[in-house]
Amino acid sequence: MSTEKIKTKEYIKRYLKRCVSGPYSLLCGLSVTLRYFFNPKRIVTEQYPENKKTLKMHNRFRGHVVMVEDENGENLCTACGMCERACPNASINVLATKNIAGKKVLGKYLYHFGSCTQCGLCVEACPFGAIEMGQDFEFADFSPEAFEKVLNKKEGRG
Amino acid sequence: MLPSVTHPIGDFVRENVPNVLGYLPDFIQPYIPSAEIATLINIIICMVAIAVVGIAPVPVLIYMERKVCAHIQCRLGPMRLGPHGVLQLVADIAKLLFKEVYAPKGADKFLFYLAPIFVLTAPFLNLCVIPFDKNLQVADLSVAIPFILAMNGFGILSTLLGGWASNNKYSLISSLRSGAQIISYEISFAMILLLVVMLAGSASLGEITASQSGHFWDWWIFKAPVLGLLAFIMFLVSSTAELNRAPFDIAEAEQELTGGFHTEYNGMAFAMFYLAEYINLFTTSCIATVCFLGGYHAPTIGILAIDNILNFVPGIVWFLGKTFFVVWIYMMFRWTFVRPRVDQLMALEWKFLLPVNLLLLIFGVVFLAFGWILP
Repeated sequence: MSTEKIKTKEYIKRYLKRCVSGPYSLLCGLSVTLRYFFNPKRIVTEQYPENKKTLKMHNRFRGHVVMVEDENGENLCTACGMCERACPNASINVLATKNIAGKKVLGKYLYHFGSCTQCGLCVEACPFGAIEMGQDFEFADFSPEAFEKVLNKKEGRG
Repeated sequence: MLPSVTHPIGDFVRENVPNVLGYLPDFIQPYIPSAEIATLINIIICMVAIAVVGIAPVPVLIYMERKVCAHIQCRLGPMRLGPHGVLQLVADIAKLLFKEVYAPKGADKFLFYLAPIFVLTAPFLNLCVIPFDKNLQVADLSVAIPFILAMNGFGILSTLLGGWASNNKYSLISSLRSGAQIISYEISFAMILLLVVMLAGSASLGEITASQSGHFWDWWIFKAPVLGLLAFIMFLVSSTAELNRAPFDIAEAEQELTGGFHTEYNGMAFAMFYLAEYINLFTTSCIATVCFLGGYHAPTIGILAIDNILNFVPGIVWFLGKTFFVVWIYMMFRWTFVRPRVDQLMALEWKFLLPVNLLLLIFGVVFLAFGWILP
C-alpha cells in the first residue's frame, strides 16, 4: 500500500484504467483456457497399461544406463573409468582387462541398478559417448540379483 | 384451492381423488375433506419432484466439473471406472456414505449437526419458483426475486453455524470471511436482479420469462442493447461470489484455510455441503437462464421453417441446455481465474461492482424512458 497523496484527477484516471485493463487481462487468461478446452490434441495424459504397445517415451526421459552398441555388439568403451568416478552412489564398476596386445580394454561393465538414481551424470561424464540413458521403465522384480547387470556383451576394443 | 400454476398432473389428481374417495363407506363420506386431500397429494408430488430436480443434476455437474477442469489443464480426468469414468462418482458417494460422522472435541454438537441440514434448505426453496417449462413450476410467486434473495441468506447462515460450531480456528476465520463476502456481494446480486425486474416490469419469474418470448434477440441479454450483456457479466461475477466458488472461494481457500468452514465435517455431513454447493450452482444457473437467456423459449431466428423445428423441441430441453451452458461458463471461470485476496475482494465489490451496478440501474431507467429496448 502506497501512502503517497495523489490528486483526484489522477485517482480517477487510474481507476478507469484498471476498469479496462482488469477485464482485458481476465479475457487473455480465458482465451488460453478456451484454447486448451477445445483442443483435445493438447492432452498429455498417457493411458498407460492400455497403450503399452504404442507408448513412446520422451527423449529426455532417463531410464537405466545402457551401452551404445553397433550391429555386431561392439561398444565404444575404453575403460577409462570416468563414469565410475562421476557416479555419486557407486552404481558403476568398470573392470578393465588386457587384450592380446597388452593394451587396457573393458572387461566387464558392472551396473548396480538397485542403487542407481538415474541422475545421468555418468552419461555426461563419458568422453566417448559409449553409454546413454535407456527409454525402458518397467523394471519391477522380486529378486535383487535382477538389478545387478553387466552392460557390455563383448570386450572393448580399446 | 387452486395453485398459481396448473399442470395436467395436478388437474388429474384434483379430478380423480374425490372419485376414488367416493368408494369409501357412506357413513364416513361427510367427514372426508377430499379437496384438501387432493391438495396434499399434489404438494407431496411437488416436493418429490423438487427433490429429484435438485439432486439429479448434481452427479452430472460433479462429473462435468472434473472433466472440464481436466481438459482445461490438458488432462483426461476420471477414465477408469466405467466408460470415461462415469461411475467414479458412484464410488465416491459410496465411500462418503460408509464413513462415520463425528464432531470434534469441544464442538457445539447441536449447531454442528444443524448446519448441514440448513445448508440444503436454500437451494431447494429456490428451485420451487423456477419455471422449467410453461406449466412446469411449483409456485409462480409474484415476489419470486425477493424470495430468492431472502432464501440465499440460509446458505450463509449454515456457513456461519458450521464454522462457529466446529471449534476450529480455520473454520471460524473461514466462516467470518465468507459472511463478510456474501453480505457484500448480495448487494450487487440484488441490484442486477432489480434491473431485470425493472426491465421486465414484474418480479415473478413466470412473467419475466413471458416478457422474453419471441426470437432470440428478445432475451434480456440482447433486448436491451449492451446493457443486457453488461448486466449478464455482472450477474455472473456477483453470483460466483454468492456461490462461494473460485475465484471468490476465500471461504474455502484450500491453500490458506485447509478446508474452510467444512474442515471438521466428514462422511455424509460433508457430502451435504458438497451437494448444496452443486445444487446452488444449478439454481443460480437457472436464475441466470430465466432472467437473461429467455428461460424455456426456443432460440428462434425469424426464419419460419427453422423456427418450427426449434419450437418442436420441448421447452425443458432448451431450459436445461441453456442452464448447462451457464454452468459451463462458471466452470471456465473457476479453473481460469486466480483468487483475489480478502481486501482485494472487498475492494472489487465496493469500488467496482457496486458503482457499475448503480450506473447500470440508472441506464436501465434511461433505456426504458427513451424506449431504447428492442421491440
